[in-house]
Amino acid sequence: MLLRLRGVHKRYGATRALRGVDLDLQAGEVLALVGENGAGKSTLVKMLTGVVPMDEGVISLHGVQQRFSSAQASQAAGILAVHQETVMFEELSVAENIFVGRHLQRGPFVDWAAMNSQAQTVLANIGARFTATTLVKDLSLAERHLVEIARALSQKASVVILDEPTAALSQQEIRDFYGIVRQLRDQGVGVIFITHKFDEIFAVADRYLVLRDGAAVGSGAIAEATEQELVRLMAGRAIDQIYPHVDSVPGEVMLSVKGLSHPMEFQDLNFNLHRGEILGFYGLVGSGRSEAMLSIMGLNPQANGEFLVNGQKLDARRPGDAIAAGIAYVPEERQRQGGILSFSVQDNISLAGLSRFARGPWLSARREAVLCKRMTERLRIKTESPQTLLSGLSGGNQQKVVIAKWLGLEPKIVILDEPTKGIDMGAKQAVYQLIAEMVQEGLAVILVSSELPEVMNLAHRVIVMRRGRQVAEFNRGNAHAETIVAAASGLNTTAVPAHREIAGAPA
Amino acid sequence: MKNLLNIRREWLLLTIIVVIILAVGVRAPVFLTWRNGLDIANDSAILAILVMGQMLVLLTRGIDLSAASNLALTGMVCALLGKAFPGVSIVVLIAVALAVGALLGSLNGWLITGFGLPPIVVTLGTLSAYRGAIFVASKGAWISDQDIHDAIKGLPREVWLGLPALVWFAFVVVALTAVFLKLRREGREIYALGGNPHAATYVGISVPSRLRLVYTLSGMLAGLAGLLWVGRYSIAYTELAAGYELTVVAACVIGGVSIGGGVGTVLGAVLGVIFIGVVNGALPVIQVSPFWQQAIAGAVILISVTVNARSERRAGRQILERQGVVA
Repeated sequence: MLLRLRGVHKRYGATRALRGVDLDLQAGEVLALVGENGAGKSTLVKMLTGVVPMDEGVISLHGVQQRFSSAQASQAAGILAVHQETVMFEELSVAENIFVGRHLQRGPFVDWAAMNSQAQTVLANIGARFTATTLVKDLSLAERHLVEIARALSQKASVVILDEPTAALSQQEIRDFYGIVRQLRDQGVGVIFITHKFDEIFAVADRYLVLRDGAAVGSGAIAEATEQELVRLMAGRAIDQIYPHVDSVPGEVMLSVKGLSHPMEFQDLNFNLHRGEILGFYGLVGSGRSEAMLSIMGLNPQANGEFLVNGQKLDARRPGDAIAAGIAYVPEERQRQGGILSFSVQDNISLAGLSRFARGPWLSARREAVLCKRMTERLRIKTESPQTLLSGLSGGNQQKVVIAKWLGLEPKIVILDEPTKGIDMGAKQAVYQLIAEMVQEGLAVILVSSELPEVMNLAHRVIVMRRGRQVAEFNRGNAHAETIVAAASGLNTTAVPAHREIAGAPA
Repeated sequence: MKNLLNIRREWLLLTIIVVIILAVGVRAPVFLTWRNGLDIANDSAILAILVMGQMLVLLTRGIDLSAASNLALTGMVCALLGKAFPGVSIVVLIAVALAVGALLGSLNGWLITGFGLPPIVVTLGTLSAYRGAIFVASKGAWISDQDIHDAIKGLPREVWLGLPALVWFAFVVVALTAVFLKLRREGREIYALGGNPHAATYVGISVPSRLRLVYTLSGMLAGLAGLLWVGRYSIAYTELAAGYELTVVAACVIGGVSIGGGVGTVLGAVLGVIFIGVVNGALPVIQVSPFWQQAIAGAVILISVTVNARSERRAGRQILERQGVVA
């Protein structure tokens, strides 16, 4: 046995991220680690890579018990990870990013020539089209993922962890990537492959392990598993229980976007959003969706285009202008852009548009409290009191607070950017329910998401973006998982072996 | 592309410096003499030594505000030592200056990494503490010209191969810093951890030990600068070089070293030093009233920092396929 985990526990405050996980990995085997967001996959990776210590449990590698106290210790033992969010040094060259932390030396000095040439060799092997001396800041997201993969490949590892490495890759790059995974396996490396794309699991994995709410709920050989089984294990419930029925009928046009372009980020986007409609924006990570949304809010100064809100021209130079026109934007990274963790729930909710609570020069705490009470009830936010700090809430409730802040402004158009990223299944369900209620009340919603089941089950229409361009549009009736994924990753549908149906897509 | 932009920024700074020199030279030809150039170089040498240390710290997203206090305290220690032991040699004095400075610097590093305190808070504290220690060590008294050891006074007045010793010291420090940052593993890791501290932990860089290293090196260079300062001005007292840490930080920022960490070159920082040296040298020559000199120097610094910041601003992330690149 190459790697063996027994009874691994981890707590973050009140959250039990892992509760007694067992894992076995043989040399020359690909283990698919699957689970919903928040199931504990990332925590498990952090523990194996020595980034966070485990509370309880045993890790043994080659039969020797290990206690990874630091990232160095884990790397030295031969465990390497390609992370989901690229861990990159933007100001440094590709070669240096590959060798950082273990620079090649010649005597007392760094050997640049050797690093550049070795990096170039690895890059050529994985079909990268940039040179080793390029600065990482000049690479696209997909290219950065290749650098991460090159980093893992250039090290002699016995265990390689791939944490959603294909999220930003195109179909061709993904196929090259499968080749790399098989190459690693044939060299006797144990690969832990984290993904929630089922076609990938069935294409490259030998065995699977399903995590749910921090516990291992099933494992076995891929050859004997079916997709339905994996979905049921992951979710712990059937699909129709997760997504609410959205039956609002879209009405008149609320927002019209014409010829939206940016010199580097996106080009010629055109779409209409109707009253009572959920418009899904699907695409790979880094396809320009968020950047386009930011420009509607006046937060992307280099963008050009025409916006009509209820037929009125909107020229948003600051978010204040867009908010005044009735548009609210709930950003993707709730901790960085959305909520202030060190503020109370009430202060977070009342933060947008404080002037509403003004009495002369002073803010009226009573009016703030009234709004806070109304929003916590309406969104069923679980908090001990309005004065509880946002940091004391669970991820799902934090997200609800951020949404509550914007709904408190009584907007007519709400843009939700990855509203369920990193929250658990129960919280997701609550957010979906909330979105359904919003359109029922006549709001128009833009739902930006990288989770296909989410857009397919909620949205009336889906616009697919790829590399900054609007490449396809589907109505709920004619949306098929295969064709949507094909459009998003830019592949020629006829040239590829049949995709398995994506979990959660309506048949 | 970015490399080009960096080079262009350093060219821009160099161009501004040349323009100032020529413009002042037209009004006051004395400014263009070798003699005046040496004066400016001499004045800038100590600043250059301090800037190299400060730059290492800034690259890690930190700041060392205690540099000038460290300089003054180490200078005082050397002056007292020279007074107490007239037989002491310059080699011993240099070693003492480096050691005392490094010790004071390493204290910053330990406080920052040991207690997880922000560098600005720690070095603001040691700025006062070291300054206070001078008062304790000297009992508030000045050590004036006749009590400064001859070896200390003599060092800055040496001329080797036609250049003042101070300038040689600066050359050596600058060259060593450049080699350290480009060719030593620790130097590369300083750029990495300043650019992305979170990622640095992931790839196994020992962030605390690198931080202790940069504060120790910054202190060591401040100590050396202290010995040279006392020698050059033949005096040691409590308020020596008070407030000079701000000039040091300003030179770094003008030279394109980012306060945000991870960005900065030795060449840029040296140009920042020369810029400050030239501006400070030029104002009296063109007979700007001494009342106005400080304000004008400050305004010039602000303008150059603003220009630098504008050239740094990123246009956005490359998402659309670039021209000429295969998809």
